[in-house]
Amino acid sequence: MNAQKKPSKPKQSKQSKPVPAAEAKPCSPGEPFIEVIDLHKMIGTQEIHRGVSISIYCGETLVLLGASGEGKSVFLKQLLGLMTPTSGTIKIAGQDISHLKEREMAPVRKKVGILFQNGALFDSLDVAENVAFPLREHGERDNALIRRRVQECLDAVGLGKHLHKMPDNLSGGMRKRVALARAMISNPQCLLYDEPTAGLDPIVSDSINKLIRAVQRDFHVTSIVVTHDMKSAYHIADRIAYLRHGQIYFIGTPDEFRQRAADGDMVIDDFIEGRSRENGVKPAGEDTPA
Amino acid sequence: MTGAIRALGHAVIQMLYYLGQVAQLFVEVLRSLRVSDFRYKQLGRQLVAIGFGSQLVVIVTGAFTGAVFTAQVYFKFSELGLESAVGALVCVAMSRELAPVMTGLMVTGRVGAAMAAEIGTMKVTEQIDALRSMAVHPVDYLVTPRAIAILISMPLLIAESITFGMIASWTIAVTLFKIPGTFYWEHLQTYMALEDIGIGMIKGFVFGLLIVLVSCHQGLNARDGAVGVGEGTTSAVQISNLAILIFNFFLTFLLNMFWPLGAQY
Repeated sequence: MNAQKKPSKPKQSKQSKPVPAAEAKPCSPGEPFIEVIDLHKMIGTQEIHRGVSISIYCGETLVLLGASGEGKSVFLKQLLGLMTPTSGTIKIAGQDISHLKEREMAPVRKKVGILFQNGALFDSLDVAENVAFPLREHGERDNALIRRRVQECLDAVGLGKHLHKMPDNLSGGMRKRVALARAMISNPQCLLYDEPTAGLDPIVSDSINKLIRAVQRDFHVTSIVVTHDMKSAYHIADRIAYLRHGQIYFIGTPDEFRQRAADGDMVIDDFIEGRSRENGVKPAGEDTPA
Repeated sequence: MTGAIRALGHAVIQMLYYLGQVAQLFVEVLRSLRVSDFRYKQLGRQLVAIGFGSQLVVIVTGAFTGAVFTAQVYFKFSELGLESAVGALVCVAMSRELAPVMTGLMVTGRVGAAMAAEIGTMKVTEQIDALRSMAVHPVDYLVTPRAIAILISMPLLIAESITFGMIASWTIAVTLFKIPGTFYWEHLQTYMALEDIGIGMIKGFVFGLLIVLVSCHQGLNARDGAVGVGEGTTSAVQISNLAILIFNFFLTFLLNMFWPLGAQY
C-alpha cells in the first residue's frame, strides 16, 4: 500500500490560467533577465528618466546608486509595472511589459519580488500570515506545506521564533527581514531591493547585506539593489550602475567604480566620499521627486 | 465673466472625471467577480465588520427616528382627529424614506469612513504596491469583498431599521399617546404593503454600492501621507452622504413608477 502522501495540487486562480507563472522559463547565466531600452519617465512636468538603457543579467547582483531624488525607486517600480514608463521598453525574461495592463502583469510579477524601503508589511496580518500571503494568494491550499515554507523562510532571515508578532511590534531591521522572507517565499527569479539598509545600524545592515548575498548565492536570484550605502554596495554588487540626471552615468564592476573615482571623476568620487561641493547643495544630483 | 465660466467649466470637467473614475472602479469590481478567485475569508471579515458591527447604530437610529416621527405626526394629526392614521403614515415613511436614508448616512459614517481610512493608509504605506507586486489586484482583494459584503448587509440593515422604527412607533403611539392598538394595526394593514419595505431594501442596495465605490475610490487614490488619508476619509463621507441624498430623490420617483404609493388601496 502506498503510504506516501500525494503532493497537494495548488488551486489555480482564474486569472493565472492562460499564462503559467514564475517557473515558466529558466534563466541562463549571461542572458539578460531584464532589459531596459531608452526609458523615459515624466512625473508631472519633471523628467525623471531621460533615456535609461541597461541590461541586468541572470544571476547577477546589480547595485543602483545615485543621489537622492534621481529616480532610483521610480526605476524599480517601473520594472514591476507599479509605475508606467512615459516611453521606452522594459523586457522581463524577454517579455515587453511596458504596455501591459494591470491584470496582464500578474505572470510577470510572480517572477519578480520586491523588498520595499519600509517593508510594506500588511499591518492587519502577523509575521507568519504576511510571509504566507503570496503562497496563499497564488493558490496554495496545503496548510502544512505553507507552514513549513514560512518557517524555512523566516529561519533563513533569522526570525524563526517571531511567527506570531504583529508588524507594529517589530524593529525596522526585523520588518525588512520579514519583508525579505515574504519576497523569497514564492521563489522569484529576480528580487528588487529598495534601500534595504536605510535607517539601520551598521550591524543589522551587515546582516541584511549577508542575507542578500546568501539569497543570490543559494537561489541564483537576479538582484537589483538600490542603496546609498557604499559599504553595502561593495559587499553585494557584481556590478554597480550610477544614475545621474535621469541617465546611466556609469556601469561597471565595483573595482572599475573605485578606479573611475581614483582617475579623477569628481561626481563618483564625491558620492563615494559623501562630499558636498557647496553648503546645502548636492554636487552629484539635483532634487527631483523620488 | 470669462473667469467664472472657465471656473464652472473646470468644475464640471473635474466632476465628470471623478464620476468616470468611480464608474471605472465599478467596472473593475464586475471584472474582478468574473476573473478573480473569490475570497470567502475576506468576505466573512467584511460581513462581520459591516453587517454585524453596524447593528447597534442602525437599531438605535431606526428606533428613535420612528419614535420621534410618530410624536411629530401625532401632534399635528391629533388636531385633525386623525390619530389612528399615525401608524400607517409613520411606517410607510420609515420603509420608503427614513430607514434607507438614515441607515445609509449612518453606515457611511461608520463603515465608509473606515474603508477610506484603512485603504488610504495601505496606499500611503506602500501596502497596496506590495499587493500589486505579489500579483494581487487591489480591487480583487480590497474592494470586491467589501462590495459584496455591503450589498448583502445594507438591505438587511434597512429591514432591521424599519422593524425597530415600527416597533418604537407602535410603542410610543399605543403606550404614550393612547392610540388604540387595533386601529393602529388596522390602518397599517390597509395603507402599507410589502412593496414599501421592498423599496427601502432596493434603496439600501443602491446606497451600499455608492458607499463602497466612493469610499474605496478615495482610499485607493489617497496620497500625501496622514493628511491625505484624513482628507480622503472626510471626502468619502461627504461625497457618499451627498450621493445618497441625491440618488434617493431620483430613486423615489423611479421606484414610485413601478410601485406607486397608494396604488394598493
